[in-house]
Amino acid sequence: MIRRLTLAAGFAVALSGAAQAQDPGPSDPQIAHIAYTAGQIDIAAARQAIAKSRNKQVRAFAQEMIRDHAAVNDQALALVKRLNVTPEANPTSAALEAQGAQKLREMAKLKGAAFDRAYAQNEVAYHQTVNGALASALIPNADNAELKGLLQTGLRLFQEHQLHAEQLANGMGKKKRSSNNHGSHERPMQQPQNSGPY
Amino acid sequence: MAPLGVAFRTSALTAAMLLTPLALPSSAAAKPTVHTVVMDKMVFAKAPTGVRVGDVIVWVNKDIFQHTATARDRSFDVDLAPGKSARTVVRKTGLVNYYCRYHPGMTGRMVVAAK
Repeated sequence: MIRRLTLAAGFAVALSGAAQAQDPGPSDPQIAHIAYTAGQIDIAAARQAIAKSRNKQVRAFAQEMIRDHAAVNDQALALVKRLNVTPEANPTSAALEAQGAQKLREMAKLKGAAFDRAYAQNEVAYHQTVNGALASALIPNADNAELKGLLQTGLRLFQEHQLHAEQLANGMGKKKRSSNNHGSHERPMQQPQNSGPY
Repeated sequence: MAPLGVAFRTSALTAAMLLTPLALPSSAAAKPTVHTVVMDKMVFAKAPTGVRVGDVIVWVNKDIFQHTATARDRSFDVDLAPGKSARTVVRKTGLVNYYCRYHPGMTGRMVVAAK
Protein backbone atom coordinates (compact mmCIF):
# COMPACT_ATOMS: atom_id res chain seq x y z
CA MET A 1 0.00 0.00 0.00
CA ILE A 2 2.81 2.35 0.86
CA ARG A 3 4.44 1.48 -2.39
CA ARG A 4 1.26 2.11 -4.28
CA LEU A 5 0.74 5.49 -2.74
CA THR A 6 4.30 6.63 -3.16
CA LEU A 7 4.43 5.31 -6.68
CA ALA A 8 1.19 6.97 -7.53
CA ALA A 9 2.68 10.17 -6.19
CA GLY A 10 5.77 9.55 -8.27
CA PHE A 11 3.76 9.14 -11.41
CA ALA A 12 1.76 12.20 -10.50
CA VAL A 13 4.88 14.37 -10.22
CA ALA A 14 5.74 14.23 -13.88
CA LEU A 15 2.41 13.20 -15.33
CA SER A 16 0.17 15.72 -13.66
CA GLY A 17 1.05 18.01 -16.51
CA ALA A 18 -0.70 15.61 -18.84
CA ALA A 19 -4.01 16.62 -17.37
CA GLN A 20 -3.37 20.29 -17.96
CA ALA A 21 -4.21 21.53 -21.39
CA GLN A 22 -1.15 23.73 -21.80
CA ASP A 23 1.29 20.92 -21.02
CA PRO A 24 1.98 18.41 -23.77
CA GLY A 25 2.60 15.60 -21.24
CA PRO A 26 5.52 13.19 -21.37
CA SER A 27 7.24 12.74 -24.70
CA ASP A 28 7.66 9.36 -26.37
CA PRO A 29 11.31 9.07 -25.27
CA GLN A 30 10.20 9.81 -21.71
CA ILE A 31 7.29 7.39 -21.89
CA ALA A 32 9.61 4.67 -23.16
CA HIS A 33 11.95 5.33 -20.25
CA ILE A 34 9.14 5.22 -17.69
CA ALA A 35 7.65 2.00 -19.06
CA TYR A 36 11.04 0.31 -19.27
CA THR A 37 11.92 1.41 -15.74
CA ALA A 38 8.59 0.11 -14.41
CA GLY A 39 9.42 -3.32 -15.84
CA GLN A 40 12.97 -3.31 -14.50
CA ILE A 41 11.75 -2.47 -11.00
CA ASP A 42 9.46 -5.47 -11.02
CA ILE A 43 12.32 -7.65 -12.28
CA ALA A 44 14.54 -6.44 -9.44
CA ALA A 45 11.79 -7.21 -6.91
CA ALA A 46 11.40 -10.69 -8.44
CA ARG A 47 15.13 -11.37 -8.25
CA GLN A 48 15.08 -10.46 -4.61
CA ALA A 49 12.11 -12.81 -4.06
CA ILE A 50 13.95 -15.67 -5.75
CA ALA A 51 17.01 -15.01 -3.60
CA LYS A 52 15.06 -14.81 -0.35
CA SER A 53 11.94 -16.94 -0.61
CA ARG A 54 11.58 -20.69 -0.26
CA ASN A 55 7.90 -20.62 -1.09
CA LYS A 56 7.38 -22.53 -4.33
CA GLN A 57 4.44 -20.40 -5.45
CA VAL A 58 6.26 -17.16 -4.72
CA ARG A 59 9.33 -18.32 -6.59
CA ALA A 60 7.28 -19.48 -9.57
CA PHE A 61 5.46 -16.16 -9.64
CA ALA A 62 8.75 -14.25 -9.45
CA GLN A 63 10.17 -16.32 -12.33
CA GLU A 64 7.10 -15.39 -14.34
CA MET A 65 7.60 -11.69 -13.59
CA ILE A 66 11.22 -11.86 -14.75
CA ARG A 67 10.34 -13.79 -17.88
CA ASP A 68 7.40 -11.60 -18.93
CA HIS A 69 8.87 -8.21 -18.10
CA ALA A 70 12.16 -9.12 -19.74
CA ALA A 71 10.21 -10.15 -22.86
CA VAL A 72 8.30 -6.90 -23.10
CA ASN A 73 11.36 -4.80 -22.25
CA ASP A 74 13.36 -6.58 -24.94
CA GLN A 75 10.64 -5.58 -27.38
CA ALA A 76 10.80 -2.02 -26.09
CA LEU A 77 14.56 -1.86 -26.62
CA ALA A 78 14.21 -3.27 -30.12
CA LEU A 79 11.50 -0.74 -30.89
CA VAL A 80 13.38 2.34 -29.69
CA LYS A 81 16.42 1.16 -31.63
CA ARG A 82 14.38 0.74 -34.79
CA LEU A 83 12.75 4.15 -34.31
CA ASN A 84 16.12 5.65 -33.53
CA VAL A 85 14.76 7.02 -30.27
CA THR A 86 16.84 7.32 -27.12
CA PRO A 87 14.76 6.75 -23.97
CA GLU A 88 15.00 9.87 -21.89
CA ALA A 89 15.36 9.86 -18.11
CA ASN A 90 12.79 12.08 -16.42
CA PRO A 91 11.44 12.86 -12.95
CA THR A 92 8.83 10.10 -13.10
CA SER A 93 11.29 7.34 -13.94
CA ALA A 94 13.74 8.75 -11.38
CA ALA A 95 11.02 8.69 -8.72
CA LEU A 96 10.11 5.14 -9.70
CA GLU A 97 13.70 4.03 -9.42
CA ALA A 98 14.13 5.67 -6.03
CA GLN A 99 10.95 4.07 -4.72
CA GLY A 100 11.88 0.70 -6.15
CA ALA A 101 15.26 0.85 -4.42
CA GLN A 102 13.61 1.90 -1.17
CA LYS A 103 11.19 -1.02 -1.40
CA LEU A 104 14.07 -3.45 -1.97
CA ARG A 105 15.74 -2.16 1.20
CA GLU A 106 12.53 -2.57 3.20
CA MET A 107 11.96 -6.06 1.86
CA ALA A 108 15.55 -7.04 2.60
CA LYS A 109 14.70 -6.85 6.29
CA LEU A 110 11.83 -9.34 6.04
CA LYS A 111 12.11 -13.11 6.13
CA GLY A 112 10.08 -16.23 5.53
CA ALA A 113 6.30 -15.98 5.41
CA ALA A 114 6.39 -12.27 6.27
CA PHE A 115 8.54 -11.62 3.20
CA ASP A 116 6.31 -13.80 1.02
CA ARG A 117 3.15 -12.02 2.09
CA ALA A 118 4.68 -8.58 1.68
CA TYR A 119 6.01 -9.50 -1.76
CA ALA A 120 2.62 -10.75 -2.94
CA GLN A 121 0.86 -7.66 -1.58
CA ASN A 122 3.43 -5.31 -3.09
CA GLU A 123 3.04 -7.02 -6.43
CA VAL A 124 -0.71 -6.46 -6.37
CA ALA A 125 -0.29 -2.80 -5.46
CA TYR A 126 2.57 -2.16 -7.84
CA HIS A 127 0.83 -3.65 -10.85
CA GLN A 128 -2.33 -1.79 -10.00
CA THR A 129 -0.44 1.50 -9.88
CA VAL A 130 1.42 0.91 -13.12
CA ASN A 131 -1.85 -0.14 -14.78
CA GLY A 132 -3.35 3.18 -13.78
CA ALA A 133 -0.38 5.13 -15.09
CA LEU A 134 -0.32 3.20 -18.38
CA ALA A 135 -4.03 3.63 -18.97
CA SER A 136 -4.45 7.22 -17.86
CA ALA A 137 -1.15 8.87 -18.82
CA LEU A 138 1.35 6.85 -20.78
CA ILE A 139 -0.86 5.29 -23.45
CA PRO A 140 -2.93 8.45 -24.14
CA ASN A 141 0.26 10.55 -24.46
CA ALA A 142 2.19 8.18 -26.73
CA ASP A 143 2.41 9.58 -30.25
CA ASN A 144 4.10 6.74 -32.07
CA ALA A 145 1.63 3.99 -32.99
CA GLU A 146 4.09 1.17 -32.37
CA LEU A 147 5.03 2.54 -28.97
CA LYS A 148 1.34 2.89 -28.14
CA GLY A 149 0.80 -0.71 -29.23
CA LEU A 150 3.63 -1.96 -27.06
CA LEU A 151 2.31 -0.01 -24.09
CA GLN A 152 -1.07 -1.62 -24.65
CA THR A 153 0.61 -5.02 -24.60
CA GLY A 154 2.32 -3.89 -21.41
CA LEU A 155 -1.02 -2.90 -19.92
CA ARG A 156 -2.53 -6.32 -20.68
CA LEU A 157 0.54 -7.92 -19.15
CA PHE A 158 0.37 -5.83 -16.00
CA GLN A 159 -3.36 -6.53 -15.67
CA GLU A 160 -2.77 -10.28 -15.92
CA HIS A 161 0.04 -10.05 -13.40
CA GLN A 162 -2.18 -8.10 -11.05
CA LEU A 163 -4.80 -10.87 -11.26
CA HIS A 164 -2.18 -13.53 -10.68
CA ALA A 165 -0.66 -11.56 -7.79
CA GLU A 166 -4.11 -11.22 -6.22
CA GLN A 167 -4.53 -14.99 -6.40
CA LEU A 168 -1.11 -15.46 -4.86
CA ALA A 169 -1.86 -13.00 -2.04
CA ASN A 170 -5.34 -14.44 -1.41
CA GLY A 171 -4.01 -17.98 -1.38
CA MET A 172 -1.51 -17.04 1.31
CA GLY A 173 -4.14 -15.35 3.42
CA LYS A 174 -6.32 -18.43 3.20
CA LYS A 175 -3.52 -20.81 3.99
CA LYS A 176 -2.64 -18.79 7.05
CA ARG A 177 -6.18 -18.56 8.35
CA SER A 178 -6.96 -22.22 7.80
CA SER A 179 -3.60 -23.81 8.39
CA ASN A 180 -5.10 -26.62 10.45
CA ASN A 181 -8.49 -26.55 8.83
CA HIS A 182 -8.90 -27.59 5.25
CA GLY A 183 -12.54 -26.69 5.34
CA SER A 184 -11.93 -23.62 3.20
CA HIS A 185 -12.02 -25.87 0.17
CA GLU A 186 -15.64 -26.62 0.90
CA ARG A 187 -16.59 -23.03 0.28
CA PRO A 188 -16.75 -22.59 -3.44
CA MET A 189 -17.00 -18.82 -3.19
CA GLN A 190 -13.62 -18.77 -1.47
CA GLN A 191 -12.10 -20.86 -4.18
CA PRO A 192 -12.09 -18.95 -7.44
CA GLN A 193 -12.23 -21.38 -10.31
CA ASN A 194 -9.14 -19.83 -11.80
CA SER A 195 -7.15 -20.15 -8.64
CA GLY A 196 -4.23 -21.57 -10.49
CA PRO A 197 -2.32 -24.80 -10.50
CA TYR A 198 -0.53 -24.62 -7.24
CA MET B 1 -9.08 -79.84 -41.91
CA ALA B 2 -11.84 -78.43 -44.04
CA PRO B 3 -13.82 -76.85 -41.21
CA LEU B 4 -10.71 -75.24 -39.93
CA GLY B 5 -9.98 -73.75 -43.35
CA VAL B 6 -13.52 -72.43 -43.53
CA ALA B 7 -13.19 -70.95 -40.12
CA PHE B 8 -10.04 -69.17 -41.14
CA ARG B 9 -11.63 -67.81 -44.25
CA THR B 10 -14.66 -66.68 -42.31
CA SER B 11 -12.64 -64.86 -39.74
CA ALA B 12 -10.54 -63.24 -42.42
CA LEU B 13 -13.71 -62.15 -44.15
CA THR B 14 -15.19 -60.86 -40.92
CA ALA B 15 -12.04 -58.91 -40.24
CA ALA B 16 -12.18 -57.40 -43.70
CA MET B 17 -15.82 -56.45 -43.22
CA LEU B 18 -15.00 -54.87 -39.91
CA LEU B 19 -12.08 -52.94 -41.27
CA THR B 20 -13.72 -51.71 -44.42
CA PRO B 21 -16.16 -49.27 -42.88
CA LEU B 22 -13.35 -47.84 -40.80
CA ALA B 23 -11.14 -47.35 -43.80
CA LEU B 24 -13.60 -45.93 -46.29
CA PRO B 25 -16.57 -43.74 -45.39
CA SER B 26 -15.14 -42.99 -41.99
CA SER B 27 -12.63 -40.57 -43.43
CA ALA B 28 -15.45 -38.05 -43.41
CA ALA B 29 -17.25 -39.20 -40.28
CA ALA B 30 -14.82 -40.36 -37.61
CA LYS B 31 -11.33 -39.44 -38.66
CA PRO B 32 -9.83 -37.17 -36.00
CA THR B 33 -9.82 -33.52 -36.95
CA VAL B 34 -6.90 -31.29 -36.04
CA HIS B 35 -7.96 -27.96 -34.53
CA THR B 36 -5.56 -25.11 -33.94
CA VAL B 37 -5.81 -22.63 -31.09
CA VAL B 38 -3.44 -19.70 -31.29
CA MET B 39 -2.31 -17.73 -28.25
CA ASP B 40 -1.22 -14.21 -29.03
CA LYS B 41 -1.33 -10.77 -27.45
CA MET B 42 -2.43 -12.22 -24.13
CA VAL B 43 -5.54 -13.97 -25.48
CA PHE B 44 -6.60 -17.37 -26.74
CA ALA B 45 -7.88 -16.97 -30.27
CA LYS B 46 -11.40 -18.10 -31.06
CA ALA B 47 -12.12 -21.55 -29.64
CA PRO B 48 -12.49 -24.37 -32.15
CA THR B 49 -15.99 -25.56 -33.03
CA GLY B 50 -17.19 -29.02 -34.04
CA VAL B 51 -14.71 -30.71 -31.73
CA ARG B 52 -15.22 -34.44 -31.19
CA VAL B 53 -13.65 -36.96 -28.87
CA GLY B 54 -10.45 -38.21 -30.46
CA ASP B 55 -9.74 -34.90 -32.21
CA VAL B 56 -6.39 -33.23 -31.82
CA ILE B 57 -5.91 -29.68 -30.54
CA VAL B 58 -2.71 -27.96 -31.59
CA TRP B 59 -1.90 -25.13 -29.20
CA VAL B 60 0.32 -22.54 -30.84
CA ASN B 61 1.97 -19.81 -28.78
CA LYS B 62 2.65 -16.88 -31.11
CA ASP B 63 2.98 -14.42 -28.25
CA ILE B 64 6.19 -12.93 -26.86
CA PHE B 65 5.21 -14.38 -23.46
CA GLN B 66 5.23 -17.91 -22.15
CA HIS B 67 1.72 -19.34 -21.74
CA THR B 68 0.00 -22.50 -20.67
CA ALA B 69 -3.15 -24.07 -22.02
CA THR B 70 -4.57 -25.69 -18.91
CA ALA B 71 -7.92 -27.40 -18.56
CA ARG B 72 -9.79 -26.47 -15.39
CA ASP B 73 -10.36 -30.19 -14.86
CA ARG B 74 -6.64 -30.78 -15.48
CA SER B 75 -7.38 -33.11 -18.39
CA PHE B 76 -4.57 -31.28 -20.18
CA ASP B 77 -1.86 -28.80 -19.25
CA VAL B 78 0.71 -27.68 -21.77
CA ASP B 79 3.36 -25.09 -21.02
CA LEU B 80 4.63 -23.26 -24.06
CA ALA B 81 7.56 -20.91 -24.47
CA PRO B 82 7.10 -18.18 -27.10
CA GLY B 83 7.00 -19.66 -30.59
CA LYS B 84 6.33 -23.21 -29.41
CA SER B 85 3.36 -25.47 -30.00
CA ALA B 86 2.02 -28.71 -28.56
CA ARG B 87 -0.72 -31.22 -29.32
CA THR B 88 -3.34 -32.62 -26.98
CA VAL B 89 -5.96 -35.25 -27.75
CA VAL B 90 -9.54 -34.62 -26.72
CA ARG B 91 -10.62 -37.43 -24.37
CA LYS B 92 -14.14 -36.70 -23.20
CA THR B 93 -17.35 -35.00 -24.15
CA GLY B 94 -18.79 -31.86 -22.69
CA LEU B 95 -17.70 -28.33 -21.94
CA VAL B 96 -13.98 -27.81 -21.50
CA ASN B 97 -12.83 -24.59 -19.86
CA TYR B 98 -9.18 -23.74 -20.24
CA TYR B 99 -6.93 -20.92 -19.14
CA CYS B 100 -3.33 -19.82 -18.82
CA ARG B 101 -1.84 -20.54 -15.40
CA TYR B 102 0.46 -17.54 -15.67
CA HIS B 103 -2.11 -15.08 -16.96
CA PRO B 104 -5.37 -16.16 -15.38
CA GLY B 105 -7.44 -13.63 -17.29
CA MET B 106 -6.64 -15.59 -20.45
CA THR B 107 -9.49 -18.06 -20.79
CA GLY B 108 -11.35 -20.07 -23.38
CA ARG B 109 -13.90 -22.84 -23.67
CA MET B 110 -14.86 -25.46 -26.18
CA VAL B 111 -17.69 -27.94 -26.45
CA VAL B 112 -16.73 -31.52 -27.22
CA ALA B 113 -19.21 -33.87 -28.88
CA ALA B 114 -19.11 -37.68 -28.93
CA LYS B 115 -17.01 -39.38 -31.55
